[in-house]
Amino acid sequence: MGMILKAIWSQLVTLYRVLLHTFTPTDTVSYPEEMPYLAPRYRGRIVLTRDPGGEERCVACNLCAVACPVDCIALQKTEDEHGRWYADFFRINFSRCVMCGLCEEACPTYAIQLTPDFEMCEYDRQNMVYEKEHLLISGQGKYPGYSFYHVAGKAIKDKDKGESLNEATPIDVRSLLP
Amino acid sequence: MAELVIYLVIFGTLFGSFAGAALLVWFERRLLGLWQDRLGPNRVGLFGAGLAIADIIKLFAKEDWIPPFADRFVFVFAPTAIVMAMLLGFAVVPFAPDIHVADLNIGLLFFLGMTSLAVYSVLLGGLASNNKYALLGGLRSAAQMVSYEVFMGLSLMGVVMQAGTFSLVDIVLWQADNIWFFIPQFIGFLIFLIAGIAESHRLPFDLPEAEHELVAGFHTEYSGMKFGMFMLGEYLGVILISSMIATIFFGGWLGPDFLPPIFWFFLKSFAFICFFILLRAAIPRPRYDQLMSFGWKYLLPLTLINLLATGAILLWA
Repeated sequence: MGMILKAIWSQLVTLYRVLLHTFTPTDTVSYPEEMPYLAPRYRGRIVLTRDPGGEERCVACNLCAVACPVDCIALQKTEDEHGRWYADFFRINFSRCVMCGLCEEACPTYAIQLTPDFEMCEYDRQNMVYEKEHLLISGQGKYPGYSFYHVAGKAIKDKDKGESLNEATPIDVRSLLP
Repeated sequence: MAELVIYLVIFGTLFGSFAGAALLVWFERRLLGLWQDRLGPNRVGLFGAGLAIADIIKLFAKEDWIPPFADRFVFVFAPTAIVMAMLLGFAVVPFAPDIHVADLNIGLLFFLGMTSLAVYSVLLGGLASNNKYALLGGLRSAAQMVSYEVFMGLSLMGVVMQAGTFSLVDIVLWQADNIWFFIPQFIGFLIFLIAGIAESHRLPFDLPEAEHELVAGFHTEYSGMKFGMFMLGEYLGVILISSMIATIFFGGWLGPDFLPPIFWFFLKSFAFICFFILLRAAIPRPRYDQLMSFGWKYLLPLTLINLLATGAILLWA
């Protein structure tokens, strides 16, 4: 008997609590008219960012392509005359991309980043394939001030060995001088 | 002139109940949205109410497919049966003192009989589909409705004993002179409410079409307007049961004078329709054996005790 009363009471409490939801605001919004708030780290359309000098951050290391679970990233490495690596082509097939963000986590240079933008519908499936010129933005994205070549020990144009941030001048290991 | 009024009432009831059922599809989704913190359908027409029409157009435009393995005649007949039965049930509903299609002296029995006939629709639809899920749904509905029908009728007998009549108009008039039946017959009211939900196979008692287990239960093979008829019948059933609860236990058209009687009737029915939807939003479906044992082990004895107590008090008074 006690069990039955308890069960009935539980059902009534359930009804009451659901009824209280009449007065709670909705969690959804009427979308095209009203944009939902997307967190700054929302995982949407993928971009390639640039370093503070305006150069491409991407060094075409292929880690993003390896990390990608659906293999939607394709790229080819090339070099400029100063030995700086960059991508010859960089292609993301957004009709495959699942916006998992693993490429962003794998990227050693903060080049590839996901943005809070998801409105990328196309009538033609071919248009879902983004090339490098579509992916590159002129800004620095989520990590302003970071430049891979200025913390790495590689010599490029306008920066010799030992001139990086927190880098000691190179030692001539064959010299006996102190 | 009097004949014209009768025709008006008949057509009003017919189209009113159809329109009500169609609008209820939209209204239910809006209310569910409200209680689940969503917006619900709000695109077509005013507040999305045009969804009712859009839904009907969609159902008519859909492919009306009869599976080759189905029993053709029964398959086509089954969906019409539920709509016919439910519409006939509306014939005895007294909307206001003089607005009713028929004031039968056995109105209550007629109503119970018509809701019982609706079982055939679900059962035959399940059988004729020749599909294992549909068959299971049909079997469930047959067992569920037969067992809940028993005390659905018996729970009303306390009302009949006190009012001394089977006529729904007279039952309302008795309530005008005395007291609304939900106070003296509170247990009867609760049992009728539960049985009514089971009878119109709405959640939480929608085991015949439990979509988590049986695809869509008895209407798995139905499409187009035949499926629409099942939906229509279900929503007509909700309106019918709600208006019956309002009539029998909450004084039908009775209410303070500042509003016309028919308005009070609609208001009370509307409140119970909302309650039906609230049940759907809040309460999960029981297991099938729990449903059956709940019916036979608890509700039936409770109904009989209620009947016995009502009879004893009436005799003693």
